[in-house]
Amino acid sequence: MLKALGILLVCQLAGETLVRLVHWPVPGPVMGLMLLAAGLFGAARFGWFLPETIGETDLGRTSAALLGALGILFVPAGAGVVQHFGLIMSHGAALGLALVGSTVLTLVVTAAVFVGVRRLIDKASA
Amino acid sequence: MENPFQLWVYLSATPLLWLTVTVLAWLAADWIARASNRHPLVNPVMIAIAIVAGLLALTGTPYRLYFEGAQFVHFLLGPATVALAVPMFSHSRTVRRNLLPMIAALLAGALTAIASAIGIAAAFGVPHQVLVSLAPKSVTAAIAMGISEGLGGEPALTAVLVITTGILGAVMMTPLMNVLKVRDPAARGFAVGLASHGIGTAQAFTVDPVAGTFAGIAMGLNAVASAFLVPAVFRLIAG
Repeated sequence: MLKALGILLVCQLAGETLVRLVHWPVPGPVMGLMLLAAGLFGAARFGWFLPETIGETDLGRTSAALLGALGILFVPAGAGVVQHFGLIMSHGAALGLALVGSTVLTLVVTAAVFVGVRRLIDKASA
Repeated sequence: MENPFQLWVYLSATPLLWLTVTVLAWLAADWIARASNRHPLVNPVMIAIAIVAGLLALTGTPYRLYFEGAQFVHFLLGPATVALAVPMFSHSRTVRRNLLPMIAALLAGALTAIASAIGIAAAFGVPHQVLVSLAPKSVTAAIAMGISEGLGGEPALTAVLVITTGILGAVMMTPLMNVLKVRDPAARGFAVGLASHGIGTAQAFTVDPVAGTFAGIAMGLNAVASAFLVPAVFRLIAG
């Protein structure tokens, strides 16, 4: 677990450093994600990590545990944010309607386009 | 420690108490979600936030004091984001196979998220500064606040709208996709990650690892896409 945590923290630290050096509008952890992905694909060429077996490694198990508990990580920020919930109310029902309506539309359009393009490709290659 | 009040004064000022409260609130919320057989409306993130916020209000605890304990949990968001690379790697074949659907869905979804939110709110006469704060509501909180601030919005309002959108999408995803008969976990995950960032991704991982993987990818891609699209949409409106 500690080896895996070390890998994750090193990638995050490298990501934070890199985005500050090159002034990219990407958050440090996302850059860290890309660095780890690049590292994993690089390591796969030497057979160190394989997509089929990474789940059984220390890194695979620690990542799965962390992502399985992803929900709790939003609780501290969420508890701070609900204290400002009045900000939504001050604009009446309009913002509530915009949030619900836009979230429904976004979910529907994104899933429909994904499935639609998937079908087009499958049909073209069939 | 002669009386309970002194004990409370001591404990409430240490990080230990509020860290423990955060973990126990989550365990309770997750237990409720499991007892409901993971019914999509019983969202553990929403319940845990309600429990913690309720306790803070009840005890009159300032948020800053709470965060001194809760920051240890909050900190793990960074390593967890990096860890998303692992399921992307282990499902890389499925990811590569769906490259085109992802690009198309990203563009369509990101524009829908921005335009529909602005459109509905503007129809009700919501002022411009609030529209700017609303536009990046589907983007992960830190970046959404940056986008909003850059355009003259109110970051605190954006944060509220982002968290609310996250919970709304996580709750609506499964029933909505069942109605639409979308069964592909990749499509489901990508939609909820794009619409509802990390909170949607957390929900997707509890349903299916492939859905979680695509949700994580959609969250990252939408953050980058929206950083360009939100200012572009407002330039278009102004022009």
